[in-house]
Amino acid sequence: MSNKQITAWDRVTCARQLERPKSLDYIENIFTDFIELHGDRCFGDDKSIIGGIAMLENVPVTVIGEQKGRSARENIERNFGMPNPEGYRKALRLMEQAEKFHRPVITFIDTPGAYPGMGAEERGQGEAIAKSIMKMSSLKVPIICVVIGEGSSGGALAIGVGDKVVMLENSVYSILSPEGFASILYKDSSKAKDAAENMKMTAEDLKKLKVIDEIIKEPEGGAQNNFEDVVDNLKKYLVKEVKELSKKSTEKLLENRYQKFRKIY
Amino acid sequence: MIIDKVKKVNEAEEKPVRNSRAADMMIGKWVKCDNCKEIIYKDDLHDNLSVCPNCGKHFRLSARRRIKQIADEGTFEEIGEDILTKDPLKFDGYMKKVETLKEKTKIQEAVKCGICEIEGEKAVLAVMDGNFLMGSMGGAVGERITLAIETAMDEKLPLIIFSVSGGARMQEGIISLMQMAKTSAAIEKFNQAGGLYISVFTDPTTGGVTASFASLGDIILAEPKALIGFAGPRVIEQTIRQKLPEGFQSAEFLLEHGFIDKIVERKDMKETIAKLIRMHKR
Ligand SMILES: [Zn+2]
Repeated sequence: MSNKQITAWDRVTCARQLERPKSLDYIENIFTDFIELHGDRCFGDDKSIIGGIAMLENVPVTVIGEQKGRSARENIERNFGMPNPEGYRKALRLMEQAEKFHRPVITFIDTPGAYPGMGAEERGQGEAIAKSIMKMSSLKVPIICVVIGEGSSGGALAIGVGDKVVMLENSVYSILSPEGFASILYKDSSKAKDAAENMKMTAEDLKKLKVIDEIIKEPEGGAQNNFEDVVDNLKKYLVKEVKELSKKSTEKLLENRYQKFRKIY
Repeated sequence: MIIDKVKKVNEAEEKPVRNSRAADMMIGKWVKCDNCKEIIYKDDLHDNLSVCPNCGKHFRLSARRRIKQIADEGTFEEIGEDILTKDPLKFDGYMKKVETLKEKTKIQEAVKCGICEIEGEKAVLAVMDGNFLMGSMGGAVGERITLAIETAMDEKLPLIIFSVSGGARMQEGIISLMQMAKTSAAIEKFNQAGGLYISVFTDPTTGGVTASFASLGDIILAEPKALIGFAGPRVIEQTIRQKLPEGFQSAEFLLEHGFIDKIVERKDMKETIAKLIRMHKR
């Protein structure tokens, strides 16, 4: 199958596959010595967002990722990768810790969206996302965000404000799911396929819109078909960019980050 | 907006009609409060800042009327009115819909921004308008709000934003999502410059606006009973498969859970904001 025949809906399907590698797979294979850190120091530990410290070759970095399950059972434990406010607050805590110890931050985005539950609203889902977005915009260390699967809505953007934002070739990134888009704008959720084609949610679309910086190649059929290659591609990119971004002065880094989002209109 | 028009029509009419309650009913001078079911004379509702004189329900306001209620008369100077809707997805029918709305609402986008005086205190004021695609935030709204924040920063003025929004502008896809990052980053810069930002939630504010600038005020106010949330009530009900309790996601609920500073009635809003501005003067 050549690239031209792959539709946006194919990418959506691929991005959601259970067997598609998840954040932990990337963390375990790109980095060494990953030590997971838990909790938001306020309410609890959200298992749909994982984070900790790891070595990227010889550089200590903070890694954060939205974590979907790798099995049906794990998916329930991970809440299908839909974080609650405490997940975003844990992510923010780890980012501020990274800033204190001058560690670059690498985030992995893979979520159908922030969890729309009663508890989430009671604990301030909107505030948690807003604060994470705001703080990321001024965090004084390099940030690289990688969309590895499904990047959907504010729940994705909450850990998506970085100096570099990149997508795996078969990942998608959008304002909401194509099903949600279809049900709101076409009043028919079964038109999700049409929605996907019109939403400009593929890596290629987002590169054209200048919302992302780079597309990381995947083998035919998806990352799981040759995971070693994908890990290799992504690792090379991260090593190179961490090195480049670390050379910049904090002032320059933050001004570039501000302008990167400032000009999207 | 609609009430404004009604008032103008009424003013133009002959006095004798006023005496006939039946005639008034027929030409729609009366409105039923959807909260207390009381029949209210539209002029009375208008004169009462569009708050039900019987039960205190705060009806939704157009940006134009809100500005009238908050800014000192004749002081509001609009900024960013040349920032207009774009169509990044080339979404079928979108621009046509926008043109129709512009015609109908007499506003160009879902937010109006400007510099004004509030009880003599100079401030940047941004007011969203729910009549324009439910106050949704697309590129133009994000751009206007960001301009307002940057203006407040450059001119060293306090910033007041009244939010009303259904969330992100779906028709502009990912560009809308990115406005959350753009506006929040601008607020952060403004924070670091020491600026005062008062955010006011009005009914209803949900989605991407709640999850960005509206939740980031130094001081967060809300009108009574305003619906405020990230996920909309219907989405939550579909997710948890049960009905939400009465008052869930109301301003009172948010106050109880610690996410807003104060609920302020419309009649006290201007004075409260002016007081806060004065207390932050250096
Ligand atoms: Zn009433």
